[in-house]
This record gives sequence, structure tokens and C-alpha cells, in this order.
Amino acid sequence: MFGKLTFDAIPLHEPILVVTMIAVVLGGLAVFAGLTYFKKWGYLWTEWLTSVDHKKIGVMYIAVALVMLLRGFADAIMMRTQQALAHGGAEGYLPPHHYDQIFTAHGTIMIFFVAMPLVVGLMNIVVPLQIGARDVAFPFLNSLSFWLFVVGALLINVSLFVGEFAMTGWVAYPPLSGIEYSPGVGVDYYIWALQISGIGTLLTGVNFFVTIIKMRAPGMTLMKMPIFTWTILCTAVIICGAFPILTAVLGMLTLDRYLDFHFFTNEAGGNPMMYVNLLWAWGHPEVYILILPAFGVFSEVTATFARKRLFGYHSMVWATVAITVLSFVVWLHHFFTMGSGASVNAFFGIATMIIAIPTGVKIFTWLFTMYRGRLEFTTPILWTLGFLVTFSIGGMTGVLLAVPGADFLLHNSLFLIAHFHNVIIGGAVFGYMAGIAYWFPKAFGFKLHEGWGKASFWFWCIGFYFAFMPLYILGFMGMTRRLNTVDNPEWVPLTYVALFGAVLVGIGILCTVIQFVVSIMNRKKNMDVTGDPWNGRTLEWSMSSPPPFYNFAVVPHADKLDAFHEMKRDGLPTPPATYSPIHMPKNTGVGLVMSAFALAFGFALIWHIWWLAAVSFVGTFVALISRSYNEDVDYYVQPDEIARIEQAHIQAKANQA
Amino acid sequence: MREEKYHRFFRSLLLIAAAASLSGCDWVLFNSKGQIGVEQGNLIITATLLMLIVVVPVIVMTFLFAWRYRASNKQATYTPEWAHSHKIEAVVWGVPLVIIIVLAVITWKTTHSLDPYRPIEAEKPGMTIEVVSMDWKWLFIYPEQGIATVNELYIPEHTPVTFHVTSQSVMNTFFIPQLGGMIYAMGGMRTHLNLIANETGQFFGLSGNYSGHGFTGMRFMTHAVTDQEFDQWVGQVKQSQNTLDFESYKMLAKPSENNPVEYFNAQPGLFRQILGQYIDYKKSNHAGEATHASSGAEE
Amino acid sequence: MSSEVLSNHAAHDDDHEHHHDAGEMKVFGFWIYLMTDCILFASIFAGFAVLSTAYAGGPTPKELIDLKLVLVETFALLFSSITYGMAMLAMYRGDKGKTLSWLAATFVFGAMFLSIELYEFNHLIHEGAGPQVSAYWSAFFTLVGTHGLHVTAGLTWMAIMMHQVATRGLTATNQTRLSCLSLFWHFLDVVWICVFTVVYLMGAL
Repeated sequence: MFGKLTFDAIPLHEPILVVTMIAVVLGGLAVFAGLTYFKKWGYLWTEWLTSVDHKKIGVMYIAVALVMLLRGFADAIMMRTQQALAHGGAEGYLPPHHYDQIFTAHGTIMIFFVAMPLVVGLMNIVVPLQIGARDVAFPFLNSLSFWLFVVGALLINVSLFVGEFAMTGWVAYPPLSGIEYSPGVGVDYYIWALQISGIGTLLTGVNFFVTIIKMRAPGMTLMKMPIFTWTILCTAVIICGAFPILTAVLGMLTLDRYLDFHFFTNEAGGNPMMYVNLLWAWGHPEVYILILPAFGVFSEVTATFARKRLFGYHSMVWATVAITVLSFVVWLHHFFTMGSGASVNAFFGIATMIIAIPTGVKIFTWLFTMYRGRLEFTTPILWTLGFLVTFSIGGMTGVLLAVPGADFLLHNSLFLIAHFHNVIIGGAVFGYMAGIAYWFPKAFGFKLHEGWGKASFWFWCIGFYFAFMPLYILGFMGMTRRLNTVDNPEWVPLTYVALFGAVLVGIGILCTVIQFVVSIMNRKKNMDVTGDPWNGRTLEWSMSSPPPFYNFAVVPHADKLDAFHEMKRDGLPTPPATYSPIHMPKNTGVGLVMSAFALAFGFALIWHIWWLAAVSFVGTFVALISRSYNEDVDYYVQPDEIARIEQAHIQAKANQA
Repeated sequence: MREEKYHRFFRSLLLIAAAASLSGCDWVLFNSKGQIGVEQGNLIITATLLMLIVVVPVIVMTFLFAWRYRASNKQATYTPEWAHSHKIEAVVWGVPLVIIIVLAVITWKTTHSLDPYRPIEAEKPGMTIEVVSMDWKWLFIYPEQGIATVNELYIPEHTPVTFHVTSQSVMNTFFIPQLGGMIYAMGGMRTHLNLIANETGQFFGLSGNYSGHGFTGMRFMTHAVTDQEFDQWVGQVKQSQNTLDFESYKMLAKPSENNPVEYFNAQPGLFRQILGQYIDYKKSNHAGEATHASSGAEE
Repeated sequence: MSSEVLSNHAAHDDDHEHHHDAGEMKVFGFWIYLMTDCILFASIFAGFAVLSTAYAGGPTPKELIDLKLVLVETFALLFSSITYGMAMLAMYRGDKGKTLSWLAATFVFGAMFLSIELYEFNHLIHEGAGPQVSAYWSAFFTLVGTHGLHVTAGLTWMAIMMHQVATRGLTATNQTRLSCLSLFWHFLDVVWICVFTVVYLMGAL
């Protein structure tokens, strides 16, 4: 009846987990009670859960991502504490069984359920507004993508309390991740969490590619698009190109584990190296999915706060495109030490280095945007400056790792760990934080508290250096990754420094949380009625904040770069006497329902509950088909309602002036 | 040789920096006792210095531009519409391009000269050691001496050693940081690693690739010794009562953690039998010995 | 979102134009999705290529595969593409009845293809060449099977489309969906040509 699932799967013997479980249950009850007491269930359902509005979906993505960041960071600090404590014969407080799940979960969560949703959240909020569109190309798919992503996040968190998570490292190399060496459900949680959320990501890629190609405002040719939109276009291309590979390779691993196939087994002719190749053929492009949008954010932020046009727009575009193309031909640099020939290694090494050229160009482009500007040291600019310095170091160590001769010493060492945290934190995360600070007022209509934002930046930035510079050195000292205990006394002092750095980063995260609380409490004071709090340059600043659900009452004409900046200079268009009706999609809960079935489907497969798997699989499709029979999926917003909403905004602006 | 002098110069530079910043800590990668390790360490330094040509100016410019063009500094030039300069763009594309070209040439050369499959030329004849990663210990088979050890490696100094590496179960990497390089150990495959110890000493070895919950305990000590000491040690191992044939190997292959050092007399052909568990020698026409497969090690 | 809901769009001038655009965008989006599907197949093809001699002492395709049967199977699928083309032509003429009959013909050919494939799988497994036997057969069943699953999905979709066309006629929405299904169906044909060449001709000849 319940497959492999028994009461023993609930880890009541692990005090850390029991306390977490109690906290989660109490927190969940509190939220449930709060929603019931304040009668907010209806609001939540109609305005958020069933919404197909890209702005709301974007906000939900970022909200989930921030919650998952707390989970991923808790894992991080537990690992650092373990390594700092477990030396000189001490075992530390995390036995391998627990520690190994933690580092696997940390990597998986941070990449798939923190960085990815931050990217997708930002692109959801910003891209349609930047290109003058009223929604994405396929709003229902967008909602489905989001909920499928939530299913993945839920499955990972369920693994904490029911069963176990993978003990394989976040890339789950077979044969270790095969059924012979990982007979538990951990790897199955990993597979289905990634597979289900991966389908959501793929749909997002298709959706945004079509949105950007087909739905730009009249006049906005490709070379007139804001850089952020350009980076998202390239990101969408990479998603479409890379995620099917992940789907395929996870599918093969699934067949190996569930049906005794032999893709990656040692026996019967299987080839584990093929997994490694396919995984990284997805994995390296994935890195650029994470970093390109951050580059886009920095471009927007720098131009806005330097009060100056972006330097070298064409260079920036072509550099982005070059990185997109090159991202697909460098995957082998993740395993130079697997015994490929010298010429193969050298080819992939050099291909990797070539990426440094467009990336370097981008760095200089931001520098020369600041040059002869009037730079305002707002929170987003601080993140940008921190990025420029930190990312340059991370890029350098990256090129170093791309030299095969050097990689033979540094591969899988803590140097590698330091490198990719250097580029993912110092590059991608700093970018997302800048993006959140920059676009928050657009999404909510009030600014975030600057003081707490700056405090967050300084703790993150300084904490980063304390946490990861020691790891570079530990790499030089020959320490490899994922060690449970530290047996070399010379390594010990640096593990303490790294723990200290992690604590600083933790304070930085805390500052961000406080920043949100303080800002929401003081929202009246930080209210922005203009819709353009930063004196922005692109179209997303041209309507009220938060934008009306239809975004643009009148589709703008954008035949220049920095379209809104030019409009403000040449005189904003006057509101028309009458508005035309606007065609909009209706909200739908089908995405949510399908995803609920998908959650049951994933859970059933993990625990081998075959009847539930069959029922939920059918349920998913019946929900989809029923949607295809529903013709009542859209409506028109009437001119008088548009006029009312627009008039209110004009009035508010006038009142403030 | 000029190149060697140049490398020595940068090595001493880095050693000074290392000593100054963290006296007492041993940055083993830059204190290599193996020829391969020395060259790889030098390569790290050369590549880093090359890249600093760009990275240092970037960091300086970040601080300089941010400070000079701060909004409150009304003295600084302000050109809000200036967004293009052929000269600057030529430089920002050109300089990284030149550096990457130089680095690419270095990469091409060193990737071939430091190819782990390439036998090392030395005065003394080389020897072969067969390495098997197991759950969770290292087995070293000395086919020429007819002995095998667990978690202890002895090599004679100045002797080029060719390691043939495979795995009994999951992937590991075979890594002796102070001698240089590393290579994956994979079931049913044989990878190669060529190393040489320039002097005697004890160097720790470990696995670089996580392989399950006993992974941390996969440590071993590498003893680089004189020929005489090596022969003595071989004699000592040979006195072991234990013989390692394929049957007793299977017992040894059972998972164990923090395995103590063990000595065996090894049966000839054991390594081939270990590989043969996963390779069908009859059917596969390129079993055992093969050229590089495009995706990695030979089967 | 309190505005009035209009179920009758006909009142609006831009309505026709809008639906046309939306339909075109859907077909474009679906085409992009097919490209991602293409990469999925490419990955599985790559896996098959890597494992194409990994028999591990088990049976080889030369010994077991009946090319004549596969040729019949191939022609069933090729014919189904032609009949789908006829269905599309009928749809453009606005001929609902002909559209439905051609779709039915396509469905029959597709089902025939699928039956032969299932028969072949069954036969291979009985001959001792199941997917658990060796990496080669794992890759074989996965590649051919993934295509088969796509065909199954296509047939399900086709059945639903026949019902929707029968009950609602050739509406704009249905025309868009039939166009998407058309792309999907022809795409599966192209993939099958590759499967036929790489797996069957190169493997069994």
C-alpha cells in the first residue's frame, strides 16, 4: 500500500531534525492560523496562488527562493562548523551519514532552488515591463512553471523529514548514485525534485524566448533592447539548449535505478563517464544561466546610478552572445583529470579561456560606464562595486582552473570550492541582490530601507572574503572537498577563519530579512508614487508602482535605446482621451492542480507507491486536458476601468508634486 | 635553461609571499617534492601573474572611478551621453585577447608536457604500481615486486613511477598533493598517472572525489625513500603471511572505514582480474589496452 | 481584477487580428519546444552512440532485429505523415468531415506503428535481449522507447483533437492546435528516420 514508506522513515532519532521539524510544523500552523484568522485565504487564492500575472509569479519565485536560501545557508553553516570542530581525532557533531546529505542538499538547493528562482523571478518581474508587453507569451505555462518549481522545492524539504536526501554530492556521479551504492530513497528525491522543477524551467525558457522575440513594443528592434532583456534572451536560449540534456541524463539514471538498466553501471558495459559528460554538458551552460542575468542587472544598475548611458552597448550585446555560444563547448573542463588525451584537454581548456575575453570586455564596459558619470552610492551600486572586485578575482581563478596542467593539482580541492563560490556569490548572488534592491520599488511601490541594505552588503562582502579566501589557501595546502573530518593540524586554523566568514554572511542574510521587515513597516515613509524612484532609463519605470495588472494602458513606442530616458527628455506622451480595451488572460488554478498531482507523482515514485503514481499521473493529464476544453480563459479590460486606474496614478503623482 | 631560471624566480617570489602571509603553514602545492608537481605549481604562478595584468588594473579602476566620479564630486567631468569610443573598445577587447593568446600557447604546450599519461624521462629506469580504490581504502599492487599494500605507498626517489589506476566500486581520485597531479579511479577502466619524487620524504595522499561515507578515511602516506630503503621495505612486506589472490581480494573489497595499513604477497595478474570484473575481454575488442576514448579514460 | 468579463469577443474590432497573432505565437512557441525536444533526442542518440558496441557478452542487434518488420513499421509512420498533411489541407479548406477522416486515418497508421514497436519489444525481450541485459540494449530500448512514448502522446493528443473538432468544429483555437500537432507529428517522423538509420540500418546491417 505504501511501497517502501514506513514510520521508520521519519528520523525521530536525529535531535537536529526533530527540532527543525517541530519548528516547521509550528511555523506552518502559525501561518495557517493567521491566514484563517485574518480571512486571507480567499485573497491568497485569487490574487496569488491562481494568478497568471507575471509580476506576481515573479514575486512568488523570489519569496520561495529567499526561504530556500535560509535552508541552504543553514546547511552551509553546519558544514563549516563540522569542519572547524572535527579535527585532532574529534568526530565533530555530524556523522558522515548526516554530513553527506547536508553538502549534497546545500549544492542542490543553492543552484536549483535559490539561484534559479531568483533569476526566473527577476526576469518575470522585469522583462515584460522592459519590452512594453502586457504579459508573457504563455501566462498559463508561466504559472505551471512556477508551481512545478515549487514541487521540486517541496520534495527536497520533505526529504528532510521523511526518509533521507542523496549522499552523493550535488552532481550525483554514478556508480555512487546508482542503486547498488545508494539503495536508499535519497537519490530518488534528488532525481524527482530536479526532474519536475527542471521541466518548469524548460517551459520558462521557451516562454521567455517567445515573449522577447514576439512581444516587444513597436520600434524596439533587437539592438534597441535593454541589456537585461538581452541577457534574459540569451539565458532563455541556454535553458532551451541545456535543460533537455539534464532531463535525458536524469531519465537514464532513473532507468538504471528503477528498472535495472545499465547506462552508468560498472557492469554490463555501462559507462559512468557518459553521465559525467552529459551532466556537465548541461551543468556548464547552467552556470551561464545563473550569471548572465546578473550581468544584465549590473548593466541596468550602473547606467541608472552613474546617470549616464551604458558604455559600449554593442560590445556588451556581442559579448553576451559570445558567452552564450561558448558556454556549450567547454563542459569537459570539469573533468580534465578523467584521462582524456592532452589535445582534448587543451582544446577545452583554451575554449574556456576564450570566455574570459567577452567577460573581461563586460567588466571594462561597466567601468567605463562609471567613468565620467555621477555615481550615487545606493545599495545596488554597492553590490555592483563589490561584484567588480570580487568577480575579477573569481574569474582569474576560473581561468587558472581552465589550464589543465594547473587543474591537475587544483581539481576537487577546496581551491575549486573557493572559485565557484567566488563567481556564484561574488557574481550571481551579488547581482540578484542588486536586482532585488533595484526593482523592489517597482514590484511593491515602496523602496527598501537603504541602511539595512548597505549593512547586508558589507556583511555579505566581507564575510565572503573571510569564508572563501581561506579555502583558496586550503586548496594550495592539498585539502580536498567534502571531507568529514580534518586530520591535518595545519588546516585547522583556516577552517576557523572560514567559519567566521560564514557567520558574517549569516549576519548579512539576517540584515536582509530585517531590511524587509523594517521596509514593510515603514512603507508609508518610503512610498514611491511616481513609479520612477531612481530616475530610471528603461520602460519598466514608465508606469505606476506596482504596475497595473495590464502593465501598459497604451503600448509604448520604443525606437531608441533607454526609451524612457529619451521620453522623459523629449516630453512624455500625454494620456489619450479614451483607452482601447485590453485583452488579458484569466487566472487559473490548473497549474496549481497539475503541480499538486505532480507532487504526489514524484513522492509516489520515490517511495515506490505505484498505485498513487498511476493515479497522480492520470490526474496531471486530466487536469491539462480539462484545461484544453475550457474556452473561457481570457477577457477584455474595459476602457473606463483603465481610465480609472490611470487617472488615480496621475492624480497621486500630481498630489505629491 | 632560461625557462627554469624564470620559474625559479617566480617560485621564490611566491614562497616569500607565502612565508610573509602565513609563516608556518605548508602550501604543499608550492613546496612540491615531485618534478611534475614543481612544473604544475610553476604553471599556476605563471598563469596567475599573466592574468593579474588585467585583474589588478580592473580592481584599481573600480575604486578609482567609483571615488572620482561619485555624485558629490561636481569637479569631475560629466558626459551623460558619451557611450562609445573605438579606442577604448579596441583596448578592452584587445588586451584580454592578447593575454588569452599567450595563455593558450602556454596551455597547449604544458597540457602536452604535463599529460599524466606521458612517461617521465629520467636516468633511472621506471617502475609500475597498480592502484585500486576500494570502499574505503587504497590498494597498491607492485607487480614487479609481487607485493601489495593497503593505505601505504613506498616509492624509490628519482625513479619515474607509472601508476595504473582503477576502482573496485565508485569513482575516486588518486591524489598525492606534494608530488603532483591527480587522476580519476573508475571501475572497469584503467587510467594512468606518471609521477617522480625528487627527494625523500613523507607525503600524504588522499582521494579527491567523494565516494561514500567512508571517503574521509581514504588517506595514505607516501614514503619516498632511497633505493636501499625501498628494497628493505619490499623485503619486509614479503614476510607477510597474507597472500592476495582474487578470492582474498574479494574479501578485502568489502567496505571498511579507516582501514589500517596491511601487507600482502600479491598473486601475478591480479590487477587484470580486477579490471576483468567489469570488462568482457572476449567480446570487447579494445579491452584493457586502448587509445584515449573521446570521453575519457580507456576501457 | 474586477473588470467585466466578456465571453463574446465579437464586439471588438481587433479581435480577429489578435487571435491570429496569438495562434501564430503558439505555433512559434511550440516549434521552439520541439527544438528542445530535438536536443533531448540528441542526448539520447549520443548515449546510444557511446554504448553502441557495449553488448557485454549479450546478444547483438544483428542476431535479433528483423529489418523487414521495421520497414513496415517505418512505412506506417511515413504514411501517417502524409495522411496528416491531407488532414491539414482539409482543415485549410474548412472541410470538417474530411479533416476528421484524415485524422482518423493518421491515427490508425500511428497505432499500427506503435503496435509493431510493442510487438518487436516483446519479441526482443523473449529472445533474451531485454534492456537489463547490457548497456547496448538499455540504450536501444530507451531511444526507441522514448520515440514510442512521443508517438503515444501524439496519438492521445490526436484523439482529443478529433473529439474537439467533432464537437466544436474548426475554430481558430482548434486550427492552432492542429497546426501544433502537425509540427509534432512530422517531427516524430524525422526523428524516426534518424532512429531507423542509426539504430536499425547501421546496427543491424
